[in-house]
Amino acid sequence: MSARKANHRRSFYFWLSAVCGLSLLAIATLHAAPRTPKSDANSSREAFLQIYKVFTSPRCQNCHPAGDSPLQGDDSHVHLQYVKRGKDGRGVYGMRCDTCHQSANLPGANMPPGNPKWSLPAPETKMVFVGRTPAELCRQLKDPKQTGGRSLAQLLEHVSSDELVGWGWDPGTGRALPPLSRADTVTQMKIWIDGGAACPQ
Amino acid sequence: MISFYLNGKSVSVDDDPSTPLLWVIRDSLGLTGTKFGCGMALCGACTVHLDGKAIRSCVSPLSRAAGKHVTTIEGLSNDPSHPLQRAWIEVDVPQCGYCQSGQIMSAAILLKENSKPTDKDIDEAMSGNICRCGTYPRIRRAIHRAAEMAAEKRSS
Repeated sequence: MSARKANHRRSFYFWLSAVCGLSLLAIATLHAAPRTPKSDANSSREAFLQIYKVFTSPRCQNCHPAGDSPLQGDDSHVHLQYVKRGKDGRGVYGMRCDTCHQSANLPGANMPPGNPKWSLPAPETKMVFVGRTPAELCRQLKDPKQTGGRSLAQLLEHVSSDELVGWGWDPGTGRALPPLSRADTVTQMKIWIDGGAACPQ
Repeated sequence: MISFYLNGKSVSVDDDPSTPLLWVIRDSLGLTGTKFGCGMALCGACTVHLDGKAIRSCVSPLSRAAGKHVTTIEGLSNDPSHPLQRAWIEVDVPQCGYCQSGQIMSAAILLKENSKPTDKDIDEAMSGNICRCGTYPRIRRAIHRAAEMAAEKRSS
């Protein structure tokens, strides 16, 4: 074989490999697309509407009230006994959260639920969920002045790993669960953040 | 066997760790000043102090008290000399009296942390203690009076 023919053959195989490689990549991308939706502003907004439903469900919003009293029950009524937030989010005087709420749920309907971190947000960063529209809540989560300087990554950590937040999905007898599982909530929150944390109009 | 301090004295009981502290105090240790009201932490009649903080003994398992200091109405003073006890007698607060030990134990935490409470402070501190006789105005007056007595004692 002459040197010229050998060069032609090498060139042919090079281009054949390149075309095949690109084709495989394109096919792989097309197949992967439905499993991991591309995070753009639209999917980000849609994802926020999903997590908004969770954040404004009783298990989340009852500890993110508009006033200085926690809420109770699936109807989010104001906590009986005139319970107050206090200076550290854990109540006042003999009306501290742990006066009644202990480290675990007590058995039986309507018994005090429990978690070692039972508390409201501190008064400096109340993080009100109740009464917020999706747009308002979205903007609030991105405002470091209202989140106590927490980044979006830290908020994601709060939702995915915080022990007290996790109680929302283990609330004991007689309390409804949030509309999404914790894992699905985290997934939607990641889509929201990865797509630029876009806010609904 | 679980040990804790009750009104300053070391006690040991062999009740099940899940037994409500209220029943241990009343039935096993014989101090009946602390009352059973609702059994669900709703009324405050069973209020005692655990390491200086108010708790509802009806929903607190014995295990919560292990190694800690529990104070009941009997341990508030050796004689009825605590300002709250003297004020309670002076103002003649109780009607039926059933809720009163819980009321006084909650008020004691309030005065420990706030020596001159306002009406608002009292409302916030005492709102978890229910009185079916409706002695609330006298409870408020007695707490103000106890705060005065404590101040007089400090200045004398």
